[in-house]
Amino acid sequence: MTAVTADAYEAAFDAAVAADERIEPRDWMPEAYRATLVRQMAQHAHSEIIGMQPEANWITRAPSLRRKAILMAKVQDEAGHGLYLYSAAETLGTSRDELLDKLHTGRQKYSSIFNYPTLTWADVGAIGWLVDGAAITNQVPLCRCSYGPYARAMVRICKEESFHQRQGYELLLALSRGTPEQHAMAQDAVDRWWWPSLMMFGPPDDASAHSAQSMAWKIKRHSNDELRQRFVDICVPQAESLGLTLPDPDLRWNEERGHHDFGAIDWSEFQAVLKGNGPCNEQRINQRRRAHEEGAWVRDAAAAYAEKHQAAQHTESVEATA
Amino acid sequence: MTATPTAKPVPTVTSGTEPTTSGVSVPAALALGDDALVLSHRLGEWAGHAPVLEEEVALANIALDLLGQARVLLSLVGDEDELAFLREERSFRNLQLVEQPNGDFAHTIARQFFFSVHQRLLYGQLATTDGPFAGLAAKAVKEVAYHQDHAEHWIARLGDGTAESHERMQRACDALWRFTGEMFEPVEGLEVDLMALEARWLERVTAVLERATLTVPSGARTGAWSAGAGRQGLHTESFGRMLAEMQHLHRSHPGASW
Repeated sequence: MTAVTADAYEAAFDAAVAADERIEPRDWMPEAYRATLVRQMAQHAHSEIIGMQPEANWITRAPSLRRKAILMAKVQDEAGHGLYLYSAAETLGTSRDELLDKLHTGRQKYSSIFNYPTLTWADVGAIGWLVDGAAITNQVPLCRCSYGPYARAMVRICKEESFHQRQGYELLLALSRGTPEQHAMAQDAVDRWWWPSLMMFGPPDDASAHSAQSMAWKIKRHSNDELRQRFVDICVPQAESLGLTLPDPDLRWNEERGHHDFGAIDWSEFQAVLKGNGPCNEQRINQRRRAHEEGAWVRDAAAAYAEKHQAAQHTESVEATA
Repeated sequence: MTATPTAKPVPTVTSGTEPTTSGVSVPAALALGDDALVLSHRLGEWAGHAPVLEEEVALANIALDLLGQARVLLSLVGDEDELAFLREERSFRNLQLVEQPNGDFAHTIARQFFFSVHQRLLYGQLATTDGPFAGLAAKAVKEVAYHQDHAEHWIARLGDGTAESHERMQRACDALWRFTGEMFEPVEGLEVDLMALEARWLERVTAVLERATLTVPSGARTGAWSAGAGRQGLHTESFGRMLAEMQHLHRSHPGASW
């Protein structure tokens, strides 16, 4: 490509982004834009997959059949979200296998929140209300992201996430209005998940490495701190109607700003978790690696079978036996 | 104190075997409901451990279908949560087959295959009757057809895949074979033609295994020590541990709602 055409492509890309048009897989895009998207979408997909673990931890112990069904459906949705996101990332010229390999070898990250343990049943509710709530606050603007396949995946994912968030809230409400033990369980879970949920929005704006460029490319629409503030403002009245408190003595309404002020986040904890020193980092990645390694013979078998039966594929179907 | 041991009745939530007002036989509803409940639970243990993402989705999907069936069936005869969480091992009426631990993926598939073929034939029969299970069976048989299809495709892929997968699949079928005879033991209140069921089950299983280059196991199936035992509340050892995990939270908060 000559310098002149490269400039022309770049100008066309910039114009499309400026006009809020969608960039599609076959369109020219700057390599750095492609790389940023692959990184962000992969991390997003990895988070869905790793995020199954803390909740799946309670499937076998769910206290009612209704709750068990809701939780199973949620964990299943998360696997589905992972699949959409890997597919969307593949439109950028990578592959699911490659991305999974990067996850398994620690070269790509997933959301730090999933390195916290689910210690009681109420944690399932706190994850639904707070963690999914934070994810939605982050992800709704991504439905207007400049990259078409990502934006479209997010529309579908956000619908399901909102549903999960309401279910989490409803789970906590049942506990909060239940026996004193159940209420205490709910409060304890909110106390443990509140700050990690605020950290999900990423470092403060003045310390966020990728923010400016991502905003210029319209991958990101709002700053970390803006979204974090929006989340706090949403959660405060919800906590009140849940009959639960948020573990922040500095939390109060600021009439002048029209927002809630809140206390300082412990960024050293955030950094420690990001570096792999959170409570469950080892456990989460080991389980993922183990599932992958122990499943290798199954994937090999499917590949060998497909190769043997390529010609005959889809001609066999299960005839009715009933 | 008398030295004579008093026979303690097995604690059950539903007492007796009288049909309920809806005409549903309690033993039959418990047998079918417990099968679905217990197998669903085992499949739920796979969440986050499946060999490939598509199987995370598929196994959870099957687990959810079965849990849905269990909830309908148990609700026919009592409170679904009391029945699931407050009965002890000796009061469960599920087949020993469905309580078997997941093992490797081949064991999970063999268990699913044997059970789904059976369940589809059984529900196919029930759907054509005018009995109390006809409605549920007509709806469930569509789900079960999917479960059977899923299992049979994996039987083919693993049986006729690599040497290792072939060996694992054969081993799994052999190991679970002795639990299959129980599926054809009569259940009080379940009006089905067991002879026809067994013949068609064997025919289908044979065809699928042979097509997958696998050998139909030669071990005892009917007349094995396990035949009919689960239906009488006699389970294998891993089942109690499974229930301990399943029930512990519910039992820790008596009377609480969730």
